[in-house]
Amino acid sequence: MRHLVRPAQYVALCFYIVFLGFPLLWLISASLKSSGELNSLSVSLVPQDIELGNYSAALERQGLVRSAWNSTVVALVSTALVLLIALPGAYVLARLKGLVRGMGVGWILVSQVFPVILIILPLFLILRTIGLTDSLVGLTLVHTTYTLPFALWMLQGYVSSIPIELEEAGSMDGASRLTVLRQIVFPLLMPGVVATAMFSFVSSWNEFFFALVLLQSPENYTLPITLKMFIGGEGKVALGPLAAGAVLAAIPSIVFFSIMQKRLTGGLLSGAVKG
Amino acid sequence: MTAPTVEAGPRPTAPVPQRHKPRRKSGMARSKRREAIALVIPSLLPILVLSVAPLLVGVGLAFTDARLVRNPEYAFVGMDNFVRLADNSFFWDSFRIGMIWAVSVTLLQLVAAMGLALLLDSDLKLQGLTRVLALIPWAMPPVVVAIMWRMIYSPNAGPLNAFLGSVGLPDDINWLANFSTALPAVIVVGIWVGMPQTTVTLLAGLQQIPDELHEAAAIDGANAWRRFTAVTLPSLRPIITSITSLNFIWNFNSFSLVYVLTEGGPGGRTMLPMLYTYLEAFKNRNIGYAAAMGVVLVVVVVLLLAIYLWSQFRQDRDSTGK
Repeated sequence: MRHLVRPAQYVALCFYIVFLGFPLLWLISASLKSSGELNSLSVSLVPQDIELGNYSAALERQGLVRSAWNSTVVALVSTALVLLIALPGAYVLARLKGLVRGMGVGWILVSQVFPVILIILPLFLILRTIGLTDSLVGLTLVHTTYTLPFALWMLQGYVSSIPIELEEAGSMDGASRLTVLRQIVFPLLMPGVVATAMFSFVSSWNEFFFALVLLQSPENYTLPITLKMFIGGEGKVALGPLAAGAVLAAIPSIVFFSIMQKRLTGGLLSGAVKG
Repeated sequence: MTAPTVEAGPRPTAPVPQRHKPRRKSGMARSKRREAIALVIPSLLPILVLSVAPLLVGVGLAFTDARLVRNPEYAFVGMDNFVRLADNSFFWDSFRIGMIWAVSVTLLQLVAAMGLALLLDSDLKLQGLTRVLALIPWAMPPVVVAIMWRMIYSPNAGPLNAFLGSVGLPDDINWLANFSTALPAVIVVGIWVGMPQTTVTLLAGLQQIPDELHEAAAIDGANAWRRFTAVTLPSLRPIITSITSLNFIWNFNSFSLVYVLTEGGPGGRTMLPMLYTYLEAFKNRNIGYAAAMGVVLVVVVVLLLAIYLWSQFRQDRDSTGK
């Protein structure tokens, strides 16, 4: 009985490996297949001959490059805004005690329960009155609002992990509050800032719902919207370029994940990053 | 209907009573306090304006007849939207589908992730590979995930049907367009997407259980299953409670994945509540009505969570009281 446990474990592990890895493998394989092979009824994971034509086709579609650029700008600017607002807020929340901190943290948790529809409706009305609905500026603001609570949560965790004694020692030595923040707190906080920045970049880059609601004209589309529009009517899809575009769109997230992998598996953020 | 805002109020005030100690009112302390306040207000104001205010307005919209038309005038209509909603069978259908979706994804994912976490916690080969694979779905754009699985489920030339055909099963199922398979098919994708988070969280919990506990149980003659139920599960209880609550919320509120997979079809069989409210707000243009749906969904989720957390808490108290 006992000697059967190991093999059974390996069988289970292989099942997991296939379940988790196969869909991505299939996408990559489809992105390398010729349209002839994709439309034929023969099904194989390994492409008959590898060709990069789908990638150039995907990139040549003007929409894709344009929307990748839009996604990048929106993600970068909203990340900068999130950090600008969340850094002082997180510091204050982490260092305060009592009512304000409790309300702040309570708010962050409550905001996680709210469905996106209740977030977008008021923002949509506001953005419409100032004429920013079909605009990347408007989308950037919405992404900032949406990512803010969670960025605050991450950052205040990092601030709390810096012993307050370090700051007290600094001010004891006669350093001003600003100097303490700049020379003691900020350098220690840097890894947390980087992690939060990457988190907010990726969540803006991946975000679909708000972009779908706000953006009307194709020149404003972000990458997820353009990819969704690629899908179009069933059966009429140019599968190869679609797969290639999807692979390209996944790259920032995969870079993020490989940088963060150690921390993630270390459980530092366990249960923290939203899907 | 005011539950979410009420939620935000009383809970955080709990620690206040301890603070009634007489405060030293020396000049230095006062200037320090003033400095702190000067720091607090500008830091927290943007959060208040950008994050808190819109949600409150969103809740407020539920009591109006706001419509998405050129002329943005709207009036307070009290509970009208909610009264109308009570008779809207489409909404309650989507609510039921949302519950089936959220509960099955959350529970099945917990079981699957528990299995994977246990495998990753025992010293097997291939672990590095599995860890990497287990994390891949984590940060992927939902649209890319949906495109990927549409290819897997593709009725002709899709790998799933090809595999079924090769082992002699029916190979002509249109998974995402068939009335009976569409919901199970999207649930599988939901499980796939959430696996990393749940697995990593459970694994972190498993690694915190001291080996001595398992050893002691083994000496007492407990077999593997007994050790799992008597040692592992109880130690993981708090982690399981929090990850299932979070997963349930996120799944119940999810939109993008299923929207790109099926757009709620076929025949509304995968019409999650968020898809339905989205259509109500931006296709039928009834903003006030859609906001009311959003409020009902929040209230239900908060109530369910409260019941769940309360039962967990009671169970904890009972088991420690023994």
